[in-house]
Amino acid sequence: MASAAVEAPVDAISPKTVDQRVVRRRLGPGPRILGTLWIGPVLLLGLWVITSATGVLDPRTLSEPWVVVETAQRLIADGRLTDALATSAYRASLGLVIGVAVGLALALLSGLSRVGEALIDGPVQVKRAIPSLALMPLLILWLGIGEPMKVITIALGVLIPIYIHTHNGLRGIDSRYAELAETVSLRRGQFVRHVVLPGATPGFLLGLRFAVLNALLSLVVVEQVNATSGIGHMITLASSYGQTEIIVVGLVVYALLGLVTDGIVRFIERKALAWRRTLESH
Amino acid sequence: MATHARESLTSPEGPAVRVEGLRRSFSEAGGVLNGLDLTIARGEFVALIGRSGSGKSTLLRALAGLDRSVSGSGVVDVPERVSVVFQDSRLLPWRQVLDNVILGLSAPSARDRGLEALAEVGLEGRDKAWPHELSGGEQQRAALARSLVRDPQLLLADEPFGALDALTRIKMHKLLQKLYAAHNPAILLVTHDVDEAIALADRVIVLVDGVVGSDIRIDLGGRRSPGDPRFAALRTQLLAELGVVEEEVA
Repeated sequence: MASAAVEAPVDAISPKTVDQRVVRRRLGPGPRILGTLWIGPVLLLGLWVITSATGVLDPRTLSEPWVVVETAQRLIADGRLTDALATSAYRASLGLVIGVAVGLALALLSGLSRVGEALIDGPVQVKRAIPSLALMPLLILWLGIGEPMKVITIALGVLIPIYIHTHNGLRGIDSRYAELAETVSLRRGQFVRHVVLPGATPGFLLGLRFAVLNALLSLVVVEQVNATSGIGHMITLASSYGQTEIIVVGLVVYALLGLVTDGIVRFIERKALAWRRTLESH
Repeated sequence: MATHARESLTSPEGPAVRVEGLRRSFSEAGGVLNGLDLTIARGEFVALIGRSGSGKSTLLRALAGLDRSVSGSGVVDVPERVSVVFQDSRLLPWRQVLDNVILGLSAPSARDRGLEALAEVGLEGRDKAWPHELSGGEQQRAALARSLVRDPQLLLADEPFGALDALTRIKMHKLLQKLYAAHNPAILLVTHDVDEAIALADRVIVLVDGVVGSDIRIDLGGRRSPGDPRFAALRTQLLAELGVVEEEVA
């Protein structure tokens, strides 16, 4: 459906009108195509349907799409999928919220004061070198295998990209704006609100996109290692019983979670950065 | 409005700006300002010219209080309300024009005053535009509105029209004259354009090697035309002060 927009007619003018021009070859990406995000996934889905229907794809390797749909309906009907999804979504979003809040606070402290930078930037860079998932054994010893360990593992994975990109965006703010803020005698709070936060927003939103993906990645790992609920647990269980279709349902749910959250972040990005003129909007 | 502000100052007779023995240097080698003395009366329009590197911007930044990292000594006395207009408009790209104009003002009347200031600079109805939607001249008008709305006793302008095209610059000169007549702040205009200095200012100061080289009063009245022989004479004199012989220019 979206592909129709690609072939938009350009020369539908009446033959009487003279419109002779020398047009340069376009180097920018051109006008926005409706639903860009979905075209690729829909094509892949079509490929899956065709190869399954023609028997090219062995059901033991990957279940047929319709079997997966039936399984999903059954899992929804008996409440297993919805329960698992609710648990997973709760874990991921709680970890995301905590990680974003802490990452943002650290980035502001470190970006706005030299003392803060001296105290915070080093440790965060060190933490960045250690994958969050590598810390899990230690976190399990400290916090057990319950919810706090899972949420904190996710939050740690979220914190780093938020910190790095917000800090980067913040330090990239033109110093002339700080000078302007001084000449109009802004107080520190006003400076943060009018100059620092909006100026760091592009960086923050880029960090948020990485953070969302990190949250899902961490979610998958914490749920497969030692969970008794959630999508990951459902998948692990299905794996021990050889139920490909349930595994695929789980993966589809992960994929949808990823696509939907990324779509939300992009939407926020477009709204929040309306003041920007970039290749993206032209 | 501005005239009231002027009368309400603590010492109505005192000057707007008093600078004594101002020294500023960026390196051990030599100073940019070398013991400069300068007084600007209330409501006086002073243009500051000089060759590049003569210390024009350094002086302006000292008056604006933006030179904390530069070493030096001397006395700088400026009024409480100082506004600065830079060569670039320095509008925050993420704030609409009106929000840029009233940046940092929290009084409930700020929005109305901001709209008034925008109307005064000819940007009526553009209050909700983003800065990038304005032309260079319009951006500089918005910057003027931002400095006016603060009712300055001293307006510091660092080559405010330097980046504009010649036609826009002439319009901006008229606008600045109108605003000066209406609000009458003391103005220090840094420029490299001798004609601009003669056309606008009451007094032209030529900065030479970090001190006041010459201080020339412009008595041409309100309507000044470059065709006026006195205008031409002043131009020749000022260019000579800057080390340019007129034949070279023509």
